[in-house]
Amino acid sequence: MTIWKAPWFWSWAAGALAFAATLLLTDGRNGGDLLSAALTFASFSAIVGIGQMFVITLGPGNVDLSIPASMTLAGTLSLKFMGGDAALIVPGLMVALGVGFGAGVFNYLLIRLLRIPPIIATLSASFIFQSIAIWSNRGLRIKPPQSLSDFTTGATLGVPNLALVALVLAVIAWVILDRSIFGRWLSAFGQNERAARLSGVPIEGVRALTYIGCATLAGLTGFLLASFSGGAALNMGTEYLLVSIAVVVIGGSSIAGGNSNVPGIWGGALFMFLIVSMLNSYGLGAGVRLIVTGGIIIGIVAAASKKGARA
Amino acid sequence: MNARFRILLPIASLAVLLAATFYMQPRAMSYFGLNLLFNLAVPIALATVAQMMIIMVNDIDLSVGTFVSFVACVTATYLNDAPLIGALILLAAIAGYAAIGALIELRQLPAIVVTLGMSFVWGGLAILILPSPGGTAPTWIRTIMTVKPPLVPMAIVASVLIAVIAHLLIMRTSSGALLRAVGGNARAVARSGWSLVRLKAAAYGLAGVFGAASGICLVGLTTSADANIALRYTLLSIAGVILGGGEFTGGRISPVGAVIGALTLALAGSFLSFMRLSPDWQIGAQGAILILVLSVRLLFARSNRKKGAAQ
Amino acid sequence: MATEPLVVLSNARMHFGSVRALDGVDLSISSGECVGLIGHNGAGKSTAVNLINGGLTATDGDVTYTLPDGSTATGAAAARAAGVRSVFQELSLCPNLTVEENMRVPQRDLTGAGWRKRARVRIAAALDAVFPGHGIDAGAEVGDLSLAERQMVEIAIGFSDGPVPARLVILDEPTSSLDAGIAGQLTDYVRGFCAGGGAVIFISHMLGEVFDVATRIDVLKDGKITDSRAVGDFTQQGLIDAMGHVASEAAKQAADPNRIGDEVLTTDEGLSARRGELVGLSGLAGHGQAAALARFYLARSAGRGQVRNPDVCFVAGDRVRDGVMPLWSILRNVSLTALASMTRFGLVDREAERALGADWKKRMGIRTDDMGNPILSLSGGNQQKALFARALASSADIVVMDDPMRGVDVGTKQDAYAMIRAEAEHGRTFLWYSTETEEVCQCDRVFVFRNGAISAELTGDDINEQNILAASFEMQGQTS
Repeated sequence: MTIWKAPWFWSWAAGALAFAATLLLTDGRNGGDLLSAALTFASFSAIVGIGQMFVITLGPGNVDLSIPASMTLAGTLSLKFMGGDAALIVPGLMVALGVGFGAGVFNYLLIRLLRIPPIIATLSASFIFQSIAIWSNRGLRIKPPQSLSDFTTGATLGVPNLALVALVLAVIAWVILDRSIFGRWLSAFGQNERAARLSGVPIEGVRALTYIGCATLAGLTGFLLASFSGGAALNMGTEYLLVSIAVVVIGGSSIAGGNSNVPGIWGGALFMFLIVSMLNSYGLGAGVRLIVTGGIIIGIVAAASKKGARA
Repeated sequence: MNARFRILLPIASLAVLLAATFYMQPRAMSYFGLNLLFNLAVPIALATVAQMMIIMVNDIDLSVGTFVSFVACVTATYLNDAPLIGALILLAAIAGYAAIGALIELRQLPAIVVTLGMSFVWGGLAILILPSPGGTAPTWIRTIMTVKPPLVPMAIVASVLIAVIAHLLIMRTSSGALLRAVGGNARAVARSGWSLVRLKAAAYGLAGVFGAASGICLVGLTTSADANIALRYTLLSIAGVILGGGEFTGGRISPVGAVIGALTLALAGSFLSFMRLSPDWQIGAQGAILILVLSVRLLFARSNRKKGAAQ
Repeated sequence: MATEPLVVLSNARMHFGSVRALDGVDLSISSGECVGLIGHNGAGKSTAVNLINGGLTATDGDVTYTLPDGSTATGAAAARAAGVRSVFQELSLCPNLTVEENMRVPQRDLTGAGWRKRARVRIAAALDAVFPGHGIDAGAEVGDLSLAERQMVEIAIGFSDGPVPARLVILDEPTSSLDAGIAGQLTDYVRGFCAGGGAVIFISHMLGEVFDVATRIDVLKDGKITDSRAVGDFTQQGLIDAMGHVASEAAKQAADPNRIGDEVLTTDEGLSARRGELVGLSGLAGHGQAAALARFYLARSAGRGQVRNPDVCFVAGDRVRDGVMPLWSILRNVSLTALASMTRFGLVDREAERALGADWKKRMGIRTDDMGNPILSLSGGNQQKALFARALASSADIVVMDDPMRGVDVGTKQDAYAMIRAEAEHGRTFLWYSTETEEVCQCDRVFVFRNGAISAELTGDDINEQNILAASFEMQGQTS
């Protein structure tokens, strides 16, 4: 298969273009810094994007709207738990992952027991998660342990640590999606739930694991983001709702489900950051940046629908 | 559940909540108290009706919040300084909404992603118009929103008015019936020779009208605007429609219920403060009420099905 | 009474790809006539209906309508202007609207002030006329009505007054969920409607009803009208004979008595099957066969350990709805069910998967040079082979087949029959629903379904087209 036919190709090409356009303005200076910043900030979008991608793969109507709330809750509770004590970093991470896991279980149970569309289930759940976060936070900003803070802002061999974490997760996600039986089942579910069930795919198990996995990744992102930015903030997850869906769409995964790819998530995440810095460096503000992003998202689905239009 | 029965649950939820509020705080049972309780309900109710128009045709709109914010920014700037230009901008925005509906039907796009993209666009436009919080509300809307009618506070009068107008428009007119038919059985509508593209555009256009009204009223209450003023309305409006007895698919919606649902959400916040519970729980309470109502509805549906099976 | 024809089909043909749904039909319906249109599955009934109501445009030949003013025209708009109305088998009401609001969808003149009242008057008048004492409130939401009441509303809308009065009403299985008394009201009304100058096309599996109401019966077979007589010239048995295939029945192979073992399944409906047995499900399409199979499959495959070692596997006939994974390669489509037993630490053993694909490509004769090609690159018949392979490649002993030969060419069918027989020899049990009687006749035992229940169980020499048709149609005389 030729490379430009890969679904993720265009997100990478667009990201590279935005990168080059930015460097053009600075005559190639600060390229390293820009790349490093892009890798760091894209990491957060990439991790939540991977979770959202798995959920979206399940097909129409499947989307996790509770990602920001799960992130905030996990970040808040884990930082509160650690209380700045470096000895508690690993248990703190477990707390964050546990919170995410619990949030995922809660989401799934709502979907299963109340038989309501995932959008409404995750929406209602997000209200509750958010409230618990507000309650436990009480406006205090607890600092992360110094060593954790250093790790999240540091780099190894010139590559930001966060990017390394997100890369490892991306590789794992890629293996699960492309090589494992779970990935096959997930794709079958997204293409045709009924046919998947009639072919012996354990669809309820697939649905449960997908929602739980997505929320767990959101929990991890909350932990990393809170540590990176020196403490949890109640609005820290807000922008990631739209971003998590946007990187999936830009990355060339099918919004209709069944066909997703991991490299595109990284491409989309990098692009989302680089387009901002490009427009910034050309003196265009946040307004234009948002309009361009929205236009790109709509353009991509409109263009993709032509190919996908069958019967 | 038929239409008459469907409205009972929202009314009961609101009545219970209102009774509990009065019980906790008898002083709320006054002109001033009620005005305080439902103060912010009017723009939420309008946004909820807007969302209902979209849910009516089996879609979902993730851009309501940013659209209302955008309108608020236009209202606090152009509509105040140059009313004609402001009005033209708003008309163009409503036309844009209708065009999005047509595009979604024409190309068979997923509404959730297109409206997500539009939420970036509206947000960007809002920032372009009003980069930092400010602006001034036009005097006329300020007057309307603060008028003190005898006996019943303005918030209640306005809510009743919105409910009546939306009910007449959607439940009583022949065009309203046709729009609901799209949600109920789009194939049958198309088979009778109607253009689904036009009908969808009409539904989205109506959503634009009510969304614009929501933004204008919001500025009338707050006297100034900012680009993020109504971001929460996206989720609140979906919750309001569902609380009001609307269903996600099948065109089963209730305009009166939607307004009641919005009032319930607005009241949930005030209620907690009367209970001397921390306002931290406000959002959580909204989520909990949503889950509670959905559970009760499931129980009703189950017992109905049992009755139906017994026949 | 005017006798000029309301609609004329002359040499109408309708081809879907290579399938000839209608193959040169001449049909003319005049006012005052009630035509009973009778035929077995796939004879072309619904295609004929859709040509007459303007839903489809004939590949070849003409469909001409006579408008109320006496002129003639063609096309979907002309069908509407000529007062052609159809009442479909699948309900076309909007369940979220009230009965009167549903009138708004087909009747364009219901606008402006008082539209609801006018709609109410029209529908109430029609309901009262067709079903006296119906007890349906025009303000009730359709979703709250029973299935029978919905069907009554649908029929009433078909006959109701409107911008163009109803002149030809097509009723496709109108009584499928009505009890005998209400069905009798309908047949009475239809007779009166036709006597008053209207025309009706009446399609039903209840022969008694057809004899009761029709003035003429047209028999459709293989896309052609093979017989058309006044109703008095037919007997019920004669009609069954007219529907059947004259030439049929490939010599049935004598079943090896040792092949069939102990009972391996029974269901609530009364289906049962023994090890190594070919069990056929027959009857008219939509009478509960597919639903019974799906229920059985879902219940049997839900238990523990069913993912890796399933008891039962499924071959879909409706490939788009129930079978094909459209985004995948042939290989992935074939391996889906068996894949769970080819994993290590949750990862797919791709070597084993490829071997499985190559094996089944050879065994089923899937025509492709590369199993990595997309499934949609295959012809329908080869896609169906891939779905057979998906089921048979699993270790399941019971194979559920939901009309798997739909739209499959003769060559593929022969291959599949051979494969099925060979698998049965190895002890697999087949539950085989088919809309083609010829296929069902290959089975060791046949259950015939009617109205969601088993109406006959046939074994041995009793399995023939005559008996199956007789059990599919309701024979008792209908009196009203």
